[in-house]
Amino acid sequence: MIRPASEEDLAGVVAGAKGPLSIQGGGTRGFADNAEGERLTTSGITGITLYEPGALTLVARAGTPVEEIRERLARDNQRLPFEPMDHRALLGTTGEPTIGGVVAANISGPRRVMVGAARDYALGLRFVDGRGMVIRNGGRVMKNVTGYDLVKLLSGSYGTLGILTEVSLKVLPKVAASATIVLGGLSDDRAVAAMAAALGSPFEVSGAAHDPGTGETLLRLEGFDESVRYRSERLAELLKTFAPSRMESDADVVAKLWAAIRDVTAFAGKEGDVWRLSVKPSDAPDLVGRSGAKQSLYDWGGGLVWLRCDDGTDLRARLAAFAGHATLIRANAQTRRGLGIFQPEPAPLARISAGLRAQFDPRGILNPGMMG
Amino acid sequence: MEMPKPNPEILLKKARIVSRLQEALYDGAVIHDEAETRAYECDALSAYRCPPLCAVLPSSTEEVSAILKICHEEGVPVVPRGSGTSLAGGALPTADAVILGVARLNAVLETDYPNRFIRVQTGRTNLSVTGAVETDGFFYAPDPSSQLACAIAGNIAMNSGGAHCLKYGVTTNNLLGVTMVLMDGTVVEVGGAHMDAGGIDLLGVICGSEGQLGVVTEATLRILPKPEGARPVLIGYDSNEVAGECVSDIIKAGVLPVAIEFMDRPCIEATEAFAHAGYPMCEALLIIEVEGSPAEIDEQLALIKEIARRHNPVELREAQDADEAARIWLGRKSAFGAMGQINDYMCLDGTIPVSALPYVLRRIGEMSREYGLGVGNVFHAGDGNMHPLILYDANKPGDLELCEAFGADILKLCVEVGGCLTGEHGVGIEKRDLMVVQFTPEDLEAQMRVKDVFDPDWLLNPAKVFPLASSATRRAATGVAA
Repeated sequence: MIRPASEEDLAGVVAGAKGPLSIQGGGTRGFADNAEGERLTTSGITGITLYEPGALTLVARAGTPVEEIRERLARDNQRLPFEPMDHRALLGTTGEPTIGGVVAANISGPRRVMVGAARDYALGLRFVDGRGMVIRNGGRVMKNVTGYDLVKLLSGSYGTLGILTEVSLKVLPKVAASATIVLGGLSDDRAVAAMAAALGSPFEVSGAAHDPGTGETLLRLEGFDESVRYRSERLAELLKTFAPSRMESDADVVAKLWAAIRDVTAFAGKEGDVWRLSVKPSDAPDLVGRSGAKQSLYDWGGGLVWLRCDDGTDLRARLAAFAGHATLIRANAQTRRGLGIFQPEPAPLARISAGLRAQFDPRGILNPGMMG
Repeated sequence: MEMPKPNPEILLKKARIVSRLQEALYDGAVIHDEAETRAYECDALSAYRCPPLCAVLPSSTEEVSAILKICHEEGVPVVPRGSGTSLAGGALPTADAVILGVARLNAVLETDYPNRFIRVQTGRTNLSVTGAVETDGFFYAPDPSSQLACAIAGNIAMNSGGAHCLKYGVTTNNLLGVTMVLMDGTVVEVGGAHMDAGGIDLLGVICGSEGQLGVVTEATLRILPKPEGARPVLIGYDSNEVAGECVSDIIKAGVLPVAIEFMDRPCIEATEAFAHAGYPMCEALLIIEVEGSPAEIDEQLALIKEIARRHNPVELREAQDADEAARIWLGRKSAFGAMGQINDYMCLDGTIPVSALPYVLRRIGEMSREYGLGVGNVFHAGDGNMHPLILYDANKPGDLELCEAFGADILKLCVEVGGCLTGEHGVGIEKRDLMVVQFTPEDLEAQMRVKDVFDPDWLLNPAKVFPLASSATRRAATGVAA
């Protein structure tokens, strides 16, 4: 494993590389397993380099553990708004998730449905491209349209366009209170409709999930005490036509409920392949029906669906054409190779993506083959 | 501002290009008469003008594709145009370019409340997107000042912001998908009603690419349920520093207002003389707006007022009804018009870290005296997006150049303190040559490589974003003068 200690070291390693590199942060998300090449980790390039709570801005080197950032933010009563998932339980991995990995894979959690994804909070970054050049884009201010937005392009490019060395993030205040309305016994169809009604209300729902396993539909509200109380009452009233509800307002219980949704712990330790579907929310129940999955979980009001299928299931073939995409998150090496991690893109988009990879990584050494 | 020389070969074959375009489009969609093309000679950066070769106004994505295919074959540059409200010269033509206006593409294609999106053609104005959904209790969040006139196409090109993006984000955070036509006429669908990209986030780089990667004809936009209500509070301070501290303390306290607007003394005086909004005469004025139910608003405003009082305000006024709320916003909303009454002005939009606010305002004041040009500041304080308005006299020889030099110094200052050249207006031609202040040659090279992939012949929206010297090799290699 190559473990550069600085951006400069990393640039030298990439410039001098003789063959492909398989890039990882803490290696907890399993993506490095999908690329051929010598292992390289950014976990040696660490440290929070700037934090201005009054400007809601934090800058950290890519290998900085997410936990370290969380703790630092908590000291000033702030947090990462997009609530990044921890993959360790689901994938059975160990190690320390890094902020670079979060941005490189655009990892977001349940709050994404209200506040946006990791890419929406990435204000700037530094990266080393496939030539070994250090490139900077964006900055540390919240509004910035100076030049092309490579920050978004690199967020979610899984290291195929460049290796992140530093990210600058917008952060937000922690909330004083949170509550969760729990509806029981809804069919998937009705649950998605209930979540749509909640998300279409003015009550600022910051999480909308449905677990067919337990039959529970969860809706989260966050904010100041009085406000959460007011909104949860109004929302429960609005959802009366779907099912009777109960209210969970103990902060620890609410936090645990949503950590379980975020990390898909319901699938942890159970056999089978795990797929992640990004779809139009109202399409989700039909797709889940067609999938033949052994287990499912709806997040983002139905916009994100987790499926656990029999080993080797070609889910994309089974679902046929649909608006959105399916990503293979957990499977053995043979299935991953056979089906591919990412949904194949339509020809003109695939051509553009391949063109971008060729421009940023002309030798094809950064996680080759991972995204196409 | 230097623009590339027009390609004489293109000028010579104007008749053929016009006739090919006319064959592909309905009658009246091609404007080539010299008197009529003048309507397209500039955008809102009206100091720079150049009539295009011709202008086309397509009515469908297919027609856009046909136009681009012809222009691609003929090697003719194309300048996409929304409503022409760019303050950065983003739609300034060259004499050998075809203006492609999307004004006729203004339909709503689909509204979907359960999935909270609207799909529109991109010639539709920003405000009319909200107009299409507000009776059903929804709105489209990005709200640039020009929202009555500006088109979604231009919003996407420039990644436009607005006063309320502290809470709701800018265009890129509210854009779910696009239908885009590449320069060779290929139509691509990127994104859609789902929430994240399936491969590389192409949508993320298309938004804000200033019409240089393709022509966006349709857009899927996120719509949000309207809050129950909103209420502003007005706070006056004796110094910019204290007002800046107040903003920082409010943010740190965990309140996230939808808007925090800041006006300095020159701007307060000008707007008061113009709009009579009843503002107090002081050094710095904050307008802070929060949303929610009446009880939620009370809760948030109580906290904001408590923090504001700690800093000894000279004025603290909470709107008691809609009328008072409107009066508080009146001055802010007429600030640009008020400054325009005094003289011609240039509006910049450099963004700075909020912590650098007092220093930057002080430096701008000093520079104003050095240059002998007045300047008023009105801006989005929560996110550090400045809007210095530099006053000059367009009829006085040399004044525009002096004003531009002053503006460039302000933008350099923004970069120096850790900010950027433009927060929401875009680079266009206006800030093109300053890009080297913010970026290294390698940084710019990486951005230009993206354009190489989408538009290998460099025909789309020529001479914008990148300094001409930086793009010279590429433009020469394609044999296109622009």
